[in-house]
Amino acid sequence: MSVQSPEYIAFSPRRVGAIVLRHWYVIKSSWPRIFDLMYWPMVQMLMWGFLQLYVAQHSNFFAQAAGTFVAAVILWDILFRGQLGFSISFLEELYSRNMGNLMMSPLRPGEYVVALMTMSIIRLAIGTIPVTLVAIAFFGFNLWAMGLALAVFVFNLFLTGWSVALVVAGLLLRNGLGAENLAWGIMFLFLPLTCVYYPVSVLPDWLQIFAWMMPPTYVFEGMRVLLIDKVFRADLMIQALALNAVVFAGSTIAFLVLLKSARTHGTLLQGGD
Amino acid sequence: MTSIPAIAVDRLVKVYKTVTAIDGISFSLEPGSCTALLGGNGAGKTTTIASIMGLLQPTSGRVSVLGAEMPRHRHRVLHRMNFESPYVDIPMRLTVRQNLKVFGMLYGVADVNARTQALAEELDLVDLLDRPTGKLSSGQKTRVALAKSLINSPEVLLLDEPTASLDPDTADWVRSWLERYRATRNATVLLASHNMSEVERLCERVIMLKQGKIVDDDTPANLISRYGRTNLEEVFLDIARGRNEASEAAQ
Repeated sequence: MSVQSPEYIAFSPRRVGAIVLRHWYVIKSSWPRIFDLMYWPMVQMLMWGFLQLYVAQHSNFFAQAAGTFVAAVILWDILFRGQLGFSISFLEELYSRNMGNLMMSPLRPGEYVVALMTMSIIRLAIGTIPVTLVAIAFFGFNLWAMGLALAVFVFNLFLTGWSVALVVAGLLLRNGLGAENLAWGIMFLFLPLTCVYYPVSVLPDWLQIFAWMMPPTYVFEGMRVLLIDKVFRADLMIQALALNAVVFAGSTIAFLVLLKSARTHGTLLQGGD
Repeated sequence: MTSIPAIAVDRLVKVYKTVTAIDGISFSLEPGSCTALLGGNGAGKTTTIASIMGLLQPTSGRVSVLGAEMPRHRHRVLHRMNFESPYVDIPMRLTVRQNLKVFGMLYGVADVNARTQALAEELDLVDLLDRPTGKLSSGQKTRVALAKSLINSPEVLLLDEPTASLDPDTADWVRSWLERYRATRNATVLLASHNMSEVERLCERVIMLKQGKIVDDDTPANLISRYGRTNLEEVFLDIARGRNEASEAAQ
């Protein structure tokens, strides 16, 4: 029998790896889960892709702006699933009544958040990479051809998705599974306001003010400029990054406050409603 | 020179809105001791254990474990503690081996595979290692939960009903194993159980809780003698039903 206590480490990549491994085991043990990761992004991309083909046949503008709908739907999925991938991994712990084990283990909140971010990237990669390949095959649209711009778009979208997911995780810790629906539906608020499928100029003036407060708006606007005018607007991405920094910092504070509140109100061990 | 207590609870109070779950309890556990925390439902056992684990912010009072104040400095000592509780489950889709690997990594165990194998042999889990945890019987799950709670060879072990769902033979075997573990590791054990024979066998001290207060604190033998009973279960019933208070009032 070992009589050595493990050493204390302030930030442990191994603990991050433990959480990632725990969720990886779940994903790889279930083909329906893998299928589910790909199913909806694929359906959406096909629907918008065929709609774009149809519209392009009747409009010179859309014929020239080929790929904007497909790009929009894929980038929207990155935003949506960046949040959802984080939140689903978090919900798994509540569903399996494992949160108490984690909260009473040496795992630190920062390590847990990094692990959930990693899981959202893994989930998104499983779901989205096949979709991008099908987009090439069906519509001749190669998302990867955006190159460095794509990396900047994706990074910004992930930051927003993770920020929202952090607040949702805090609410789930504080309020239990009663707050579950937020995890599934909160991102849809961004769908009309961040102008995924149309330019910001379409919105009424007063609503444009709110739209420009949201980092993804700059990404979707930048994507359209890139595909239609063939120009990469670095200024838009810098503004998105600055806004994301503020949003992410605010979300981190909200998460820590909600975690502390959960510790005060005794909801960490409950997990239910 | 006095050693630092493994667990020190000082005037702990926990109030949820208008309900006082813990009402100013104090106790201290010496390293290597085994203590039972007894009380009826709602007596405050789980709140006390959750406070010791750092899951709860006390309303007032202090809790320290291995010299670290909880929950503020919990991360200094959580890797030296562990627990088993019916209020949490181990992920059911993962195999026993996968679960022990994940928890071994979380607790910073150096050679997780060797530790898993050793625990599997000691807790008779070798044949179950590659089965999904959710497919096991409740008794087997309890043994897996016990293995998880011992993955880091904890110096402080908190056990909530550790032998629930086990058949008498396996329960007896687990108790023997816990006795050996405690002796070998000099581990401090705090046990919440409704099995009084288990408490009599494993613990040299019993803390009785009722409505968030400590109503008695002594060795099992002294309690049995003082209450004029033949076993701890009768003492428990006396306290839970307030018969000691009625008797004192009559005298």
